[in-house]
Amino acid sequence: MPSLPLTPSQTVGPFFAHALPFPEGPYAVPEDHPGAILLHGHVYDGNGDPVPDALLEICQPGGIFGRCETDKDGRYHFRAARPETYISLLIFARGLLRPLWTRIYLDGDDPFLTSVDADRRATLIARPEPDGSYRFDVRLQGEGETVFLAI
Amino acid sequence: MPQDPHPPYLSPEYKSTVLRAPARPFVAPKLDPEAVELVDPVYGHTPVGELDHDLTRQHPGEPLGERIIVTGRLLDSDGKPVRRALIEVWQANAAGRYAHPGDQHPAPLDPNFTGAGRCLTDDEGRYRFVTIKPGAYPWRNHHNAWRPAHIHFSVFGTQFTQRLITQMYFPGDPLFPYDPIMQSVRDPEARERMVARFDLDTTEPEWALGYQWDIVIRGEA
Ligand SMILES: [Fe+2]
Repeated sequence: MPSLPLTPSQTVGPFFAHALPFPEGPYAVPEDHPGAILLHGHVYDGNGDPVPDALLEICQPGGIFGRCETDKDGRYHFRAARPETYISLLIFARGLLRPLWTRIYLDGDDPFLTSVDADRRATLIARPEPDGSYRFDVRLQGEGETVFLAI
Repeated sequence: MPQDPHPPYLSPEYKSTVLRAPARPFVAPKLDPEAVELVDPVYGHTPVGELDHDLTRQHPGEPLGERIIVTGRLLDSDGKPVRRALIEVWQANAAGRYAHPGDQHPAPLDPNFTGAGRCLTDDEGRYRFVTIKPGAYPWRNHHNAWRPAHIHFSVFGTQFTQRLITQMYFPGDPLFPYDPIMQSVRDPEARERMVARFDLDTTEPEWALGYQWDIVIRGEA
């Protein structure tokens, strides 16, 4: 088979909000999906400032897909299936020339997690909130930087 | 495995990368065939409509600008066409203004142009959009910074790992050497792969100029 050279990645830029988000995007599963969870968090830059122009996509087995843009406070939200292992998360933004991959785990008991430096492992684990939802913040750079995957 | 042509996260000439590029090393997971990253995401949007690929027919009137056809094939690096794949595009209008509330460039909005479209590739991986040629626009990256005319492309493969967002440029644009986003791709040949080719056979007489642009995403794992 020939090996064709790849088309390079470019930033999603700041002006995708009239094109990519759609109203049902954050609701990757219906409300009555057994064990559906609400997931939310913020995206922060290297100064700890919110990133108001990021686009997040999640993927789960069974073709489950969700898409949500961050708001002016850098906040996103999803309704997802309770993962058997993890939720795959992809992040695009102005200033990201290529996407960032990470994983959202609900607990720390996983062989991949144990392969990650102990002091960074917690960045991959969503925190349960009193209302039953989960919070997962993404820190692109600096203090508490999220572990990103080489995919 | 083809060489990675993608730009580095940290490309300081493009200022927004400075606080957004991760600084810590990435971790390489072992992806077994069951890995969630290899799942085929089912795009949950309403079905792609008959006219979603035609950005000139989304309003009662016709948009101003030079009407163009942009077409090509979506292939993976093994040379295999990616069939029934979703491609989304968005762009500025002919004056270089986005229909996005955050765009403050003092160029006119066009009431007949939103600048967003989508389509599914056919069985040969072919896509086709009808639109108008976008204008160049200024941005605040540095003094007198202008983006060369471009169309943003978002592409799905059959696995989540094949996901690609990129930009298509027009041949011969004098702004190329001054654009830190395009120049973030260091290899000149790779940069060239982001530039469409004018094609007289795609051009339709008395109606629209034609451009050909193929997109190559990584092969299936
Ligand atoms: Fe743009």
